[in-house]
Amino acid sequence: MKGMTTTEQNIDNILVPILEEVSDPEIPVLSIMDMGVVRSAIIINNSVHVEITPTYSGCPAMDVIGDDIKLALKQAGYDSKIELILHPAWTTDWITPRGRKALEDYGIAAPLDADADKDVLLNGKRIVKCTNCQSQNTRLVSQFGSTACKAQFQCDDCQEPFDYFKCLK
Amino acid sequence: MKNQNLYNYILGIADNSLILGQRMGELCGHGPSLETDIACTNISLDLFGQVRSYFQYAAKIAGDGRTEDDIAMLRKERDYKNVLLVEQPNTNFAYTLGRQFLFDVYHLAFLKELQKSTDLTLSAIANKCVKEVSYHERFSSDWIKRLGDGTAESKAKMQDAINDLWTYTDELFHQTEADKAMVEEGFGVDVTRLKEAYYTEINQVLEEATLTIPESKYFQKGGKEGIHTEHLGYLLAELQYMQRAYPNMEW
Repeated sequence: MKGMTTTEQNIDNILVPILEEVSDPEIPVLSIMDMGVVRSAIIINNSVHVEITPTYSGCPAMDVIGDDIKLALKQAGYDSKIELILHPAWTTDWITPRGRKALEDYGIAAPLDADADKDVLLNGKRIVKCTNCQSQNTRLVSQFGSTACKAQFQCDDCQEPFDYFKCLK
Repeated sequence: MKNQNLYNYILGIADNSLILGQRMGELCGHGPSLETDIACTNISLDLFGQVRSYFQYAAKIAGDGRTEDDIAMLRKERDYKNVLLVEQPNTNFAYTLGRQFLFDVYHLAFLKELQKSTDLTLSAIANKCVKEVSYHERFSSDWIKRLGDGTAESKAKMQDAINDLWTYTDELFHQTEADKAMVEEGFGVDVTRLKEAYYTEINQVLEEATLTIPESKYFQKGGKEGIHTEHLGYLLAELQYMQRAYPNMEW
């Protein structure tokens, strides 16, 4: 298996703007590039070989993302082959700063680092910032949210219920 | 098939996730509260996702045109190699979470070892799954404590569930021929070595939950050899209905 240990992305520059137009179907404000799910995209004889990695094994968005990439590349004049790879496993560290901002603007709190995440999910620490009023007086409602990658929170100041994107390392 | 042992080994691992995923999926729309309903179906979805990775790999090894769907949907009861624990019904919420907890602690320890497999695909799948299953384990142990150390009613129900399900825990550490062959080849996990740490951890959580650790030494096994409890047939009837009624249908 190639690329076993690399966490580097290998994407042809010319393809970047095309792939940036493809968004996560569950979080439409977030491009799949900012999500870090595209691990490589290489043009071989006018056909693009794309490797994507799932955020969670059962993420139903992966099939749609594959189809959307194919469509976007087709419109740009490329045939493509999409391959799902599992290694190295996706981590929330691969979400770009622009991606984190897009999440927050959309009403989803961006993942904290692993230790802080543990404090929040296991020890009830109040540090996740409310996406509505920025207060940290927030509490965990459920470790599982509307999709596998999120947990449910509520702000005790403004009462806003919101999702928190769980740290995955 | 050249790799019959590896094929059987993968099915053994995957069937646990498939059957438990189906059981948790039954809670969809029926959970005791919206949040727990969503949590249970999230766990179910994780397990099904893992199953897909395993079955895709198994289908590749079989190399006879079978797909992941064929493997999941078209086997008979005796060909499913899941442990008896995961097929036990959702008698009540305490049973559902008790079953999940008793499996999660094993599952996490198993996957941590599988990460070291010399089979690169298996270790990659394990790398992925271990992150998800740590969340499952946190969720289920948290509930054991909450219900065990809760009201008299919740405590009694949780204790009943643990007592009943206890009899299925020993099978987790029983080795089949495929298991042994895979351990020898360096692909598989020696489950016998996980047993001690398993019961230590289980007992720790039960104590914290102020529950009594069952003393029964009577254990049931058979699932790994395809000899199941009466519950699996009904589960499969539901799981396989669409493929049996409308062969080869696709979404």
